[in-house]
Amino acid sequence: MENILITLPVFLSFVILFVPSKGRYYTTLFISLGIVLITSVPAVNVIFSKGVLPEIFHIATGLGSVTLSIDGLSAFFILVTNFTAITGLLYSKGYLEPYRSLKSPAQLSIHNFSYTWLHLSMLGVLMLRDGIPFLIAWELMAVSSFMLILFEAEKRATLKTAVNYLIQMHIGLVLLVIAFLLCEADTGSMSFDALKFYFSHHSNIGLFLLFFAGFAIKAGFIPFHTWLPEAHPAAPSHVSGVMSGVMIKMGIYGIVRVMTNVQSDLVTIGLIVLAVSAISGILGVMMAIVQHDLKKLLAYHSIENIGIIGIGIGLGAIGLGIHNPLLALLGFSGGLLHVLNHSLFKSLLFFSAGSVYQACHTRNIEQLGGVIHKMPVTAGLFLTGSLAICGLPPLNGFISEILIYLGLFQGLSTGTVYQSIYMLMAIISLALIGGLAIYCFTKAFGVVFLGVPRSETHTATSEVNTGMLFPQFLAGTLMFLIGMFPLLFLQPLARILVFLFQINMDLSWITIIRSISLVGKMGFFLIGLTFLLFLTRYWVLKTRNIRQGPTWGCGYTTGTARQQYTGTSFADAVAGLAEPILKTQKEDRPISEEEIFPAERSFATHPADVFRLGLNRLVDFLMLILKKLARLQTGNIQHYILYAFIFMILIFVLLYLKIL
Amino acid sequence: MIALLLAIITALFFPGIIIRVKSLVSGRKGPGIFQPWKNIFVLLRKSSVFSTTTSFIFQIAPVIYLASLVCALILLPVPGIPSRFGFGADFVLLAYLLALGKFFFIIGALDTGSSFEGMGANREALYSMLAEPAFFILFGTLALLTGHLSMQSIFEQFHLSGYNSMIGGIIAVYVLIQIAMIENSRMPVDDPKTHLELTMIHEVMILDHSGFDLALIQIGTNLKFALYGILIANILIPVTWALPYRIALFFGIQTAFAASIGLMESFRARKKMMKNPQFIVTLSSIALVGFILSLLMMYQLIR
Repeated sequence: MENILITLPVFLSFVILFVPSKGRYYTTLFISLGIVLITSVPAVNVIFSKGVLPEIFHIATGLGSVTLSIDGLSAFFILVTNFTAITGLLYSKGYLEPYRSLKSPAQLSIHNFSYTWLHLSMLGVLMLRDGIPFLIAWELMAVSSFMLILFEAEKRATLKTAVNYLIQMHIGLVLLVIAFLLCEADTGSMSFDALKFYFSHHSNIGLFLLFFAGFAIKAGFIPFHTWLPEAHPAAPSHVSGVMSGVMIKMGIYGIVRVMTNVQSDLVTIGLIVLAVSAISGILGVMMAIVQHDLKKLLAYHSIENIGIIGIGIGLGAIGLGIHNPLLALLGFSGGLLHVLNHSLFKSLLFFSAGSVYQACHTRNIEQLGGVIHKMPVTAGLFLTGSLAICGLPPLNGFISEILIYLGLFQGLSTGTVYQSIYMLMAIISLALIGGLAIYCFTKAFGVVFLGVPRSETHTATSEVNTGMLFPQFLAGTLMFLIGMFPLLFLQPLARILVFLFQINMDLSWITIIRSISLVGKMGFFLIGLTFLLFLTRYWVLKTRNIRQGPTWGCGYTTGTARQQYTGTSFADAVAGLAEPILKTQKEDRPISEEEIFPAERSFATHPADVFRLGLNRLVDFLMLILKKLARLQTGNIQHYILYAFIFMILIFVLLYLKIL
Repeated sequence: MIALLLAIITALFFPGIIIRVKSLVSGRKGPGIFQPWKNIFVLLRKSSVFSTTTSFIFQIAPVIYLASLVCALILLPVPGIPSRFGFGADFVLLAYLLALGKFFFIIGALDTGSSFEGMGANREALYSMLAEPAFFILFGTLALLTGHLSMQSIFEQFHLSGYNSMIGGIIAVYVLIQIAMIENSRMPVDDPKTHLELTMIHEVMILDHSGFDLALIQIGTNLKFALYGILIANILIPVTWALPYRIALFFGIQTAFAASIGLMESFRARKKMMKNPQFIVTLSSIALVGFILSLLMMYQLIR
């Protein structure tokens, strides 16, 4: 019975295509809620009541039986996925409202259908353990998200971005297929469980790195990230929220899943993951700072956060490698808790950025400003998300970051001298990431929401409707909950990890638990104190004569909105320091000597991505070779027959010489 | 809690001593020790002017700035007396609480829409971002030397481990003093007495704050000095000494800290804005040298 139930949504989802436009949204919502219910119940069951044993479903198909298995790791990711997918769907109702007159019903149907399938395929990725079904789900995930990015396909840039995304996803898929085939060639079976056997009598690093590269393209580790900052802004905001919040985490899931099977060389693997992650974190946030496009800025922050998650996972692997259970537990729990945290605050940020886009019709930071006066609730939500993504207490981002910090500081004095240096490097990068994130989000929040509107055509008029705010409130509440009651989330997570990696939990974990609960208490104290101080201030100011006046402009009283500090000038300091990596292109025409009366000037900067430029160069090089090869393609049937003939002779000769 | 109490007492004298030393060095009599606090009390009684451009951010920013500092002070241990809130890696929470205050301080400045305040906010964000690694490397060094993670046990163990910790102590005190100067926007980085908005950092960010809010920010700034003073005292005061000596030494150190700031500001010019990032990054490298040194020492001990 259960087995039929779990496949039911797959068939039901096709109904969306045939429902008339009036009931389409609610049908999608109904089906999605069904999916959430069916998968969340066993997931919650695995995490809380059944403890640690996986739930397994066997489903008979025409091609044989497919096994769905939910263990602790899958269950954790399933809950994260379900939450973000549902909040995204709730948000999409209001967000897609203006598009109802612009898009044909068929386009909207396909959009909703793809959304449901993105959700389904992600759950499939999390539950399928056998190679081929897993890869099929992986591929479905890429295709359905491709369809979702294509929503505004009438824009040429979107089309180009989407195709670029699809190609890069397939490079990742090829790497995964090769990795699975290598496993199959050796063990005769193609599944995650067979990997354990492969790893037990082979060098672990090679195959792991192959898997890592394949999953890293999805997760967006630098230098595999080039699709990410283009695809996220091109997609509608609820899709960006889901893609950034959970879809890229499937890469993290894959990496952790493979890691559970790795038998040796864990220290080296951990160090590699740590190094790649630290670089991703720092470069990601640096590139974020110079962006003008609000959603592109958020997209680069996803790379940064994937870096933080990776630092945690790398630390965990090192902990496993040197048989230090505390280090492993701190690293993995910090990394995985950050997966949850990032899915919450990043989807919240993308949703509120989408609200700003809907109200102001631009994502260009330099044309926005003063949005807070018309949209105070959205501003408050964006601020909450900003504080969380900077890892500031009392919000959730801090909990995962302090766990990773704790692990890194612990690791300073538990290994060899080299390990201490690596740990310190990771600490420095985490500290730098924190500082840069604050720099970036004071810029984003300050320039977009504060001050006065910079452009008359892009001024917000009113707050978005409650339906769009509600899912953001849901995420925000959960963020505060994690920040102030961290143990509610940390303890189940630790239980999952202990079973997953066979870690012996020792006494020192209890002191960690105490630390983290004190952090939660400090959050309460901070909020209480703020509230008290604010009340005092309110009470004092009530009796005072409060006046309003213009902002002090050093005596100059006729300033315009365009004289405000811009995002580019705010970012200029970091852009200057990191010029070699950022390669910001400036369009500037200096005044020549002959010009006695200078004419009108313009100045523009275009943030570039060196990795993207490198990729372009590689593609150009490939195109050059392929163009030369295209000479073979004459369009003459006789020539093609000749090629086939040459090929056959070649095979024959090779066989004769016993080379083949 | 005791740290908070000590910080309030220290903060009462601190700004007065700095001003007094500066005026004595320049040959003036100068105002009384409590003049800065008298000014704050005047501000507390004044009414306020708010810019029409500002929003609720401007109203809550000073409050959160002060609240985050008070929370950070509660975390601090004092020599020989543990903090109720002390736990593993509590210095991370300390740094992030300060960062929270700074975040609101910066967006409070940006809320006015003034380009001057934007400039100041930008510099504040940049400098504190660059100073962050130095703080973490410093505590990494201390954690490595002592094998502990909470501030309380780090400082306790630090004094018990003999001469090995001397080198760490010297570097720690130097780095902490410099970080305190940067975080409080004092001399080598920022000049609190400058008159030109273009060259200000801290002062330009509070141009539009008035009355009660300005007083809250100034109280916060004084407490921030005391916070770094207590950190330095933790490194310098041996936990084994008797309580009266510790108290005497504590206030001696705070007075010396304040006086040295006054002296430094009297004889030193502010750096060019362009040179500031270099100066701050140098601090991280000094801390890194300290780390490598202690690593070498530890490594020899282990072998």
